[in-house]
Amino acid sequence: MLVLSGVAVIALGFLLRFNPLLVIIVAALVTGLAAGLDPLAVLARFGHAFNQTRYVTAVYLVLPVIGLLERNGLQERARTLVAGLKGLTAGRLLASYLLFRQISAALGLIAIAGPAQTVRPLVAPMAEAAAERQGEGADEEARADPEQVRALAAATDNIGLFFGEDIFIAIGSILLMKGVLAGYGIVIEPFHLSVWAIPTAIAAFLIHGARLWLFDRRLVRRRAR
Amino acid sequence: MIGLNFVYLVAGCFFAAAAVLGFVDRRWANGAFHALLALSFFAGDWIGDVGNGVLVLALVAVATSGRMRRGETVEPAAPRGPLLALALVIPVAALGGTLLFKQLPTVVDPAQATLVALAAGALLALVLCHLILKTPPLEGVRAGRRLLDEIGWAAIMPQLLASLGAIFAVAGVGTVVGGLAGAAIPAGSVFGAALAYGLGMALFTIVMGNAFAAFPVMISAIGLPLLVRGYGGDPAPVAALGMLAGFCGTLLTPMAANFNIVPAALLELKDRYGVIRAQAATAVPLLAFNILLIWWVVR
Repeated sequence: MLVLSGVAVIALGFLLRFNPLLVIIVAALVTGLAAGLDPLAVLARFGHAFNQTRYVTAVYLVLPVIGLLERNGLQERARTLVAGLKGLTAGRLLASYLLFRQISAALGLIAIAGPAQTVRPLVAPMAEAAAERQGEGADEEARADPEQVRALAAATDNIGLFFGEDIFIAIGSILLMKGVLAGYGIVIEPFHLSVWAIPTAIAAFLIHGARLWLFDRRLVRRRAR
Repeated sequence: MIGLNFVYLVAGCFFAAAAVLGFVDRRWANGAFHALLALSFFAGDWIGDVGNGVLVLALVAVATSGRMRRGETVEPAAPRGPLLALALVIPVAALGGTLLFKQLPTVVDPAQATLVALAAGALLALVLCHLILKTPPLEGVRAGRRLLDEIGWAAIMPQLLASLGAIFAVAGVGTVVGGLAGAAIPAGSVFGAALAYGLGMALFTIVMGNAFAAFPVMISAIGLPLLVRGYGGDPAPVAALGMLAGFCGTLLTPMAANFNIVPAALLELKDRYGVIRAQAATAVPLLAFNILLIWWVVR
C-alpha cells in the first residue's frame, strides 16, 4: 500500500499547482523509496527509463517543417479553406470544423489548428455570427448565449483533436502505448493501435455532431415560439 | 541497420541547432534546456544510468528555474506556394515509408519502420520546403526553435511520465491498484473488468490531468493481467481504447489546463470551467461507448 504514496504525490502536487516536472520527479523518488530502493538506485532506474523512452520526445523533429509552413502562411491558407464554409448554421459550421479537425489530426497535422490559431480568430466569431443570424427576430432571452457558443467552439476543437490524433501512427500517445507494452514483452506495431482509434473517432463525431444538431434545432424552435 | 539511432541523430541535430540559436538569441535557459536534450539524444547510450538520471535532474532544474521564455510572436507572411501539399509530405512519407521499409528488413529495423519513415519524411519535407518556397537555409530550424520554445519544458513531460511508469512498474504500483480494483471486480466478470479499466483510466486521468500518466498504471493493473492474460483479449484494442477512455477524462478535468483552462481565458469566458461544461455531454456518453467496445472486443 505504501507504494501508492507516489500517486498521492502526483495528485497533491498537481492540485497545488507545483511545476509538473518537479512533481513527477518527487513522485518517482517517493515511490522508489517506498519500494525499498535507495535514492541512487531510483535515480539510475529513472535515468535508464528516460534514456529508453527517448522516442516519445523524438517526434518534435517535425517542428522545423511545421514552423516553416506556418511562417509562409499555412494557417492563413487553412483559414481560407474553412472560410469557404460560411453561410451555414452555427451547428453545421462547428460540425464541419469537427470533421476538419479530426481528419487533419489523423494526418498528424495537429499544429495547423487550435484555440489560439483557429478558434479565437476564426471559428468562434463565425459560429457566433451564425448563431446571431439564426436568432434574428427572436426575443432577447430566446437567442443563443454568445459565451456558450464560444465555449462550444473550444470544446469542438478539443474533441476533434483528441479523437482524431490517435489515428496518426507517430503521435506521442501511440508511441507511449507501444513503449509500455514493450516493457511487458508485448511487441505491437503503431499501426495496430491507431486502427483501433477509428471506431471511437466515428462515435465522437456522431455524439458531438448530434449535440450540435440539437443546438441548431433549439435555436429554430425558440424563434418559432 | 537503420533504426532508432538514425531517428535520435536527426532529433539530436534539431535540438542542438535549437540550443545554438537559443544561445545566439541570448535565451540562455531555453538554450541550456535544448542543449541537455541534444546531449541525451546524442550520448544517452554512453553516459550510463546514473548519468542519465543526473541529466534528467538538470533538465528539471532548468525547467523549474522559471527562466525559460515563450517563443516570440512572428507575423506569418501572405500565403504562397503549395502549402497544403507540402504539409501532407510528412504524413504521406510516414505512411508510405512504413510500408516500404517493411519490405527491406535488412536495411531498416522493421520494429522502428514508422519512426524512421517519419524522420526521413521530415527531412524530405524540409528540403522540399526550402527548394519550393526558396526560404533562407536556417529559416526552418529557426521556425522550429520558436515552436519548441512555445511548448517549453512541457516538451519532456510525456517522456518523464513514461519513466515514472517504469518506476511504478518496479515498485509494483499496478499490482497494488490492481489488487484494489480486482477486489471490486466480481470474479469472472469480463464486463466488470472492462468497466473498472475504462472508468479507472478516466478517473485516474481526471486526477492526473493526463491520460499518459494513467495508462501505465491501469494497463498493468487491469488491462494486461485481467483483460489480456485472463480473458484472452487482443492487447492492441485494449491499449488503444483504454487510452481513448482516458482522453474522455481529459475533457472533464481542470488539471489538463492547456486544453480546458487556457482556451476559456483566450475566449474571455466569464466561467473558467465553461469549456469543460461544454465538453461534458460529449465526454460521458463517449466514455460509455469506449467501455462497451472494450467489453465487446474482449468477451
